[in-house]
Amino acid sequence: MAFIPHTSDDVAAMLTLIGAASIDELFDEIPAELRAGSLALPAPLSEMEVGRLMAERAALDGRPLNFIGAGAYEHHIPAPVWAITTRGEFYSAYTPYQAEASQGTLQLIYEYQSMMCALTGMEVSNASLYDGASALAEACLMAVRTNRSSTSRRILMPRAVNTVYAQVASAIAGNQDITFQSVEYDRASGSTLIESLAAYKGQDFAALVVQQPNFFGSFEEVDALTDWAHRNGMLLIAVVNPTALAVLKPPGEWGAEAGRGADIVCGEGQALGVPLAGGGPYFGFMATRMQYVRQMPGRIVGRTLDSDGRPGFSLTLQAREQHIRRSKSTSNICTNQGLMVTAATIYMSLLGPVGLAAVAQTSMQRTADLVAGATAIKGVRRAFSAAHFHEVVLLLERPAAQVLADMARHGIFGGLDLSERYPELGHALLVCATETKLAVDIDAYVTALRGAMAASRAAA
Amino acid sequence: MTTMLPAREPLIFELSKPGRGAGTQFPPSAPGSASIPAHLRRAAPPALPQVSELQAVRHFTRLSQMNFSIDTHFYPLGSCTMKYNPKACNTYAMLPEFLGRHPLGPEPQGFLACMYELQEMLQEITGMQAVSLTPMAGAQGEFAGVAMIRAYHRARNDAARTEIIVPQAAHGTNPATATMCGYTAREIPSDADGNVDIEALKAAVGPATAAIMLTNPSTLGVFEQRIVEIARIVHEAGGLLYYDGANLNAILGKVRPGDMGFDVIHMNLHKTFSTPHGGGGPGSGAVGVAARLRPFLPLPTVAKEGSRYRYLTERDLPQSIGRLSGFMGNAGVNLRAYVYMRLLGRDGMVRVAEFAALNANYLLKRLQALGYEAAYPQRRASHEFIITLKQENKQFEITAMDVAKRLLDYGFHAPTTYFPLLVPECLLIEPTETEAKEDLDRFCDALGDIRKEMQHDPDKLTAAPHTMPVRRLDDVRAAKQLDLAWKPAA
Repeated sequence: MAFIPHTSDDVAAMLTLIGAASIDELFDEIPAELRAGSLALPAPLSEMEVGRLMAERAALDGRPLNFIGAGAYEHHIPAPVWAITTRGEFYSAYTPYQAEASQGTLQLIYEYQSMMCALTGMEVSNASLYDGASALAEACLMAVRTNRSSTSRRILMPRAVNTVYAQVASAIAGNQDITFQSVEYDRASGSTLIESLAAYKGQDFAALVVQQPNFFGSFEEVDALTDWAHRNGMLLIAVVNPTALAVLKPPGEWGAEAGRGADIVCGEGQALGVPLAGGGPYFGFMATRMQYVRQMPGRIVGRTLDSDGRPGFSLTLQAREQHIRRSKSTSNICTNQGLMVTAATIYMSLLGPVGLAAVAQTSMQRTADLVAGATAIKGVRRAFSAAHFHEVVLLLERPAAQVLADMARHGIFGGLDLSERYPELGHALLVCATETKLAVDIDAYVTALRGAMAASRAAA
Repeated sequence: MTTMLPAREPLIFELSKPGRGAGTQFPPSAPGSASIPAHLRRAAPPALPQVSELQAVRHFTRLSQMNFSIDTHFYPLGSCTMKYNPKACNTYAMLPEFLGRHPLGPEPQGFLACMYELQEMLQEITGMQAVSLTPMAGAQGEFAGVAMIRAYHRARNDAARTEIIVPQAAHGTNPATATMCGYTAREIPSDADGNVDIEALKAAVGPATAAIMLTNPSTLGVFEQRIVEIARIVHEAGGLLYYDGANLNAILGKVRPGDMGFDVIHMNLHKTFSTPHGGGGPGSGAVGVAARLRPFLPLPTVAKEGSRYRYLTERDLPQSIGRLSGFMGNAGVNLRAYVYMRLLGRDGMVRVAEFAALNANYLLKRLQALGYEAAYPQRRASHEFIITLKQENKQFEITAMDVAKRLLDYGFHAPTTYFPLLVPECLLIEPTETEAKEDLDRFCDALGDIRKEMQHDPDKLTAAPHTMPVRRLDDVRAAKQLDLAWKPAA
C-alpha cells in the first residue's frame, strides 16, 4: 500500500487495543447518510508509471529559449542551491515553532533577513511572504495602518508598476475598502514624472508606490519621487528587483532626507535562485524601518539567548500574528515561503556582492546587445528613451501576437505582448535577456525576430 | 537518549573574507551597468557574505542538521499533518521542462493537463463543483473563500451581511481572514462534547450573517456530528458555509464537505496531499466551490476545450474576485500534489483517512492507559486528539511546554501545544497514516518514561531540552531587545 506501513497483524493488534471490530468502526460518529460512496478517481500508479507519465507531459512543454521577464527572471542557479534546499531536514520540516529543534531553519532565516537588509538598505526584513504581487498588497495594507499623518485609505499606484501587482493589490486590499489612484507614465521616457503627480499634491493619500526598475525596465527618478511623497505626507512603498539592487542605490537611501529613504520595501525574490517553474512557488520579500516593525506582517526571526546565556534564534514579535491576535492581527498570513528563502539564502551566499553585481551587469549588457540587434531590423524600435535595466519595451510595426507566435514556432519565447495591458502603446513587446543568454542566443533571437517581421509583412 | 544535533554553527557572515567567492557561479564583470545614471547607482556594495562554494555547502548542510524533520524524526504536530513527503513528488516536479518554463509563455499543455486533472480530482474528493488552484497557502485560500462569499452577497445586493461566525476553537486564521475581508468575526462557544453549541449558533445567526467558518473534524479532534443541522440553520438565515480544510486528511473518501452542505472550502495541499512544509512554506491553498460561487473563483483556473487546456481569465469570469498572485499560484507545489494523488489513486486515497484514524485512536488508547487524560474521552479521535495535562500541572507543576521540550530529548518532535486555547495545558497529537506501529510504540514509551520523570525527577522536564543545540530560548528578550539582522562592524 502506498506509504502505509501497517501489516495485517499490526492492524489486528491495534484494533484489539482500541476495542473496535474494524477500521470502518472508527468512523461511526459520521452520520450514515453523509458517508461517501466510492470515489471516481484514477487507479493508483507505481512510481515508475508516474515517472513515465510526467516525462511525457514535460516533453510536451519542451525547453524553449526564453526572453520573457515581466517579473520572473531566468538566472543561472548554482548546483549547490537546490541540492541543499531539497535535503529532507529543510524540505520536510515545519514552521520552526519548537525553536530548539529548528535552529537550522531559524538561523538561516536570520541570515536571510540580514542579507535582505543589506540589499535594500533597510533596518528590518521579515522571513518572506508568498510572492512579489501579494507582498505589494500587504505593503499597501501596512502603509494604511502605519501612516499616522494620513486618514486616507487611498494609495497612488503608477501605471508603470507591474499591472498584475496592481490587480493583486486591489483584489486583496480592496476588501478593506482601500482604493488605488493610477498615475500615468511619461510616453517619451517610459518613467513616472513628478509632473504626473502634480494633480495629487496636497491631497490625502496613505502612500505612493514606486517600482525600480519599473515594469517597462526603465529607471525611475527615485530620489525625486521619494521626496515628493514625503513632502505630501505619504509613505513611499518601493517595489524592487533584488538582482538590480546589487548595482542600484538601495531604497533605504532614496531621497534627500538623510536616514529616511523608502518606508516599506517589497518585491519578488524569485530571481535569487528560484526556478521559473511555470509561475511558482516564488517568494515575496518585505523590509521596513525599525520604527514600523510592529506593523509589518509575516514571520520574523530574532537572535536571543538561551537559558545558559548562549545565542540562539526564535520566532519573535508573534503578538502581531493571527494565532495570538486572531481578528486583530496584522495579516492572516501564517507561513512564509521557507523553502524558497532557503534557496535564496544559499544563492546570495554563493554569489556574494561581486557575483550578484556581475549577474546584474551581464544581464544589462545582454539586453543592450539584444536591443542593438533588434532595432537594426526594419519596423522595430525602442518605445522609451529612459535608461533601463535588463528589460525593455520594443515597438513593432506588426501585431506582437503574430510575431511571438511565429518566433515560438522556432522554439523562442520572444517577449510579452503588452497590447492588453497597455493598448495605447500599439504593437509593443516587453523583452528581457539575462546573463543566461549568450551571444549565440541573442543572434538566434534577432534572426527569429527578423524572420517573423518579414513573414507577417508578407502576410499583410 | 537518542538525540544529539550538531552544536552551534557560526553565522555565514562570520566565515566571510573580502576577495573570496564561488568563482564558477557567475560571469566575469561586464561593462553593462555603465549606462546607469550616476545618481541612481549604488555607492557601496551590499554586505553579502564572501565565501567559497565549499564553505557555503558545509555551512548550510550543518544548519540543516540542526533541524528536526519528517525525514529524520516522528513529527506528531497536531493540525499540521506531518506525513511522509514522497521523494517522487519532488523529483518529477523538478523535471527541467517544468522548472525552466516561464509562466507568461504560450500555455504549456503538459503542465496544464496535470493542473486540470488535479482540479478534477480535488473536486471529486471534496464534492464541490469547481476548483481554483491559485491561492498560495491555506490562509490565502481562506481569504479567497471569504472574498468569494463577500462577492456573492454583494452581487445579490445583500450588503447588510457584516459578520462571519467562527467557533472559539477555530484556527486564528479564521477570524483574521474575516477581518482581512472587511467582516467582523463573531465567536461562538463549543459544548462539552466538542461540538458547536447549537443554541449559541441559533442566537448568533441572522440577517447580518455572511457565513460560518468551520473545520470538520474540528480543531478539538472530533467530528461535528450535527453538521447537517448547522448547515440548515446557517443557510436558512441566508448565510453560507465555509469549510476550513485543515483536517481534510481525517475524512478523505469517507465523507465529502460538499455533501455536508458546505458552499466553499480551502484545502491545504501541503497537509492532505503531502507537499513539503519546507520549514514554513510554500504551501498551496486550493479552493473548491458549490455552483453558486463558481463565477467568483480567483484567477487563473484551468479549463479544457476539446483537447486543449487553457487558463481562464477575467474575460471568462468577469465576476471573479481577481488575482491573488503574480502568476499562477504555487504551480510547482500543485505539481507535487498531482504526483502524490496519482501515486495513491482511488484505493490509496481512502486508506489515508483509515490509517490516520487507526494510528490516532491507537495512540490515544495507549496514552490513556499510561495515565494521560483525553480532553474528550467519550469521543472517537479523528486523525488527531487532545491530551490535557491539567492534572499533572496541579500535581507536579509540570506544563504542556515542559513535556513538549522533554520529548525533543527523546528524539520526537513535540505535538502542538496550547492549541486549541480553550483546553488547558493541552497537547494536540496527530500521528498521520505513514507512521509504523513500532514508532507509535516508541513514542508512547517515551511519554511513559516522561510520566515517571514528572514524579521522580521533574527538573528533567522543567529544564528540558538537554540535548538540542540550544536550551530554552528567552522569548521575552527576543521581543524586547530586537536583534533581527546581522550588521557589519562599523
